[in-house]
Amino acid sequence: MQHFILRRIGYSLVSLFLLSLTIFLFVRLTGDPASLLVEPGASAADIAAIHRQLGLDQPLWIQYWHFVSSFIQGDLGKSFYYNTPVLDLYFQRLPNSLLLAAVAMAFSLLIGIPSGIMAAVNVGGPWDSIGKVFALLGLSLPSFWVALVMILFFSVYLGWLPSSGSGTFLHLLMPAFALGWYFAAAHMRLTRSSMLEVLGSEYVKLARIKGLPERLVIGKHAFKNALLPVVTLAGINLVVMINVAVVVETVFAWPGIGRLLYEGITFRDFPIVQGVVVVGGAMIVAVNLIIDILYAFIDPRIRLES
Amino acid sequence: MSVTTHPIVTTGNRRTAFWRLEGFPLIPFLILVLILFVAIFADFLAPHDPQIGNLARRFRPPAWQQGGSMEYLLGTDHVGRDVLSRLIFGARVSIIVGSAAVLVAGTIGTLLGIVSAYLGGWVDQVIMRITDTWLALPALTFAIFLAAIVGPSELNIIVILGGVYWTRYARVIRGEVLSLKEREFVRLAIVAGCSKRMIMWRHILPNVINSAIVLATLMLGIVVVTEASLSFLGVGVPPPKPAWGLMLADGKKGMMVGYWWLTVFPGLCIMLMVLSANLLGDWLRVKLDPQLRQL
Repeated sequence: MQHFILRRIGYSLVSLFLLSLTIFLFVRLTGDPASLLVEPGASAADIAAIHRQLGLDQPLWIQYWHFVSSFIQGDLGKSFYYNTPVLDLYFQRLPNSLLLAAVAMAFSLLIGIPSGIMAAVNVGGPWDSIGKVFALLGLSLPSFWVALVMILFFSVYLGWLPSSGSGTFLHLLMPAFALGWYFAAAHMRLTRSSMLEVLGSEYVKLARIKGLPERLVIGKHAFKNALLPVVTLAGINLVVMINVAVVVETVFAWPGIGRLLYEGITFRDFPIVQGVVVVGGAMIVAVNLIIDILYAFIDPRIRLES
Repeated sequence: MSVTTHPIVTTGNRRTAFWRLEGFPLIPFLILVLILFVAIFADFLAPHDPQIGNLARRFRPPAWQQGGSMEYLLGTDHVGRDVLSRLIFGARVSIIVGSAAVLVAGTIGTLLGIVSAYLGGWVDQVIMRITDTWLALPALTFAIFLAAIVGPSELNIIVILGGVYWTRYARVIRGEVLSLKEREFVRLAIVAGCSKRMIMWRHILPNVINSAIVLATLMLGIVVVTEASLSFLGVGVPPPKPAWGLMLADGKKGMMVGYWWLTVFPGLCIMLMVLSANLLGDWLRVKLDPQLRQL
């Protein structure tokens, strides 16, 4: 077990190393990083100062070391526009992103799991077909377009919901739906296939032979076991949601991390863009590590393999 | 080459199955053909110039609404450009960027997948570590980051999307090659003295092309949506080019006063293209490649 955990941590470190190396090299190979790190319209002297400050005259590997060590110390640079450290801005916005992701996740599970079960219980029936259409649309429609059409309908025509901003629960409804639909579709598909697998298993057959009512067979015996992969996926998706919410947050002017990234792009505020990507990548690597380890605790086959 | 007879026979069988067209998604297929047709003949089909507007004719509604005219069938935007003409030329952008990006991703992913699985050992380790890292990154955020550095242009978008989405190919193709390389015909090729490069190129590659095509169709939808998202955020196709995502960004300006046609039509186009690609891809997956059914 210890061996397994160490190995996984090693893999994660390699991932983080590759992530940082990619970002580092990309910024340097595609032009002068100083031009990204100074405010637009800065003088030649400013650029020279940045060169010295970043040590861009030093060999690449020393530059890389500086880059990584400042990240490890939590120094992601300073935003030009807000003139505050990027990490502070990130943590200011994180609660909003978490709130949006939590509501979107709740919504995606509330729709995805029941409809997935309904579809699995009567394969080929009307519920299965409705679910298929719902999932196909969720996976195919660009979330920002769903968002725009909802604003058009619910805010402009009906005037029921606020079109942008934050503050009340009503502000959350449309962004959460636009963000959650895709994930509802993904959760539905997984619940359906996982339920189908469990329903074909020996112990469900036994439960049926015992003469348990169908409600109990589905609800108690099948559902509980089918839930595990769905819960795992939901855990990963929560982090993914925070990171893919850029477009939805932009449409609704929701003050989360995605919106921060968008502001970084529009104001040419490079430290913000870089910071959001680095933290997002690190977050996902961390979640993958945690899930791997949890899985190894639950399922001995995983930790004994190799 | 007698050693390749066996796999060629199987692909032949699959091909006949393909033409039996059971459950063929005809409508999605026709929609994709239509989009392709429109993209190729945009210059003849578009009634107006997609990039030059007439400020005196801003925000004209579609023809069937009060104040609309047959001259601007789907209305005009905030600088008086014809929406229909921009949609028609937008199809060209989506087709070019979408297929080129899928081609880039497919080429990188397929080659790395084959090399990784066939050579094995440390090569496999290195390539798979990189693939895992890439796969872990949030693709959209990473694409935005890269696009923000290199600046908006169609070529940049193609390279970036290709560079972000190759991982799925590498994973799936690697899995297939791992089982292919244990097959008789590959062993015979080794015995016959073929070089490794020869085996990968002549014996392995033709056998994974089916999977690569299925993945490409499924990938087209993802790539088109990502391109639209990047353009919508201002790091994709640069204005005033007519891209659907860009039109949606422009349409936002008139949305709150009810200029719905600027938002609804470009989105419908994206939806039709992505939905069709997904339906076709699903069908191809079942038809061409039973191994990918679980995907």
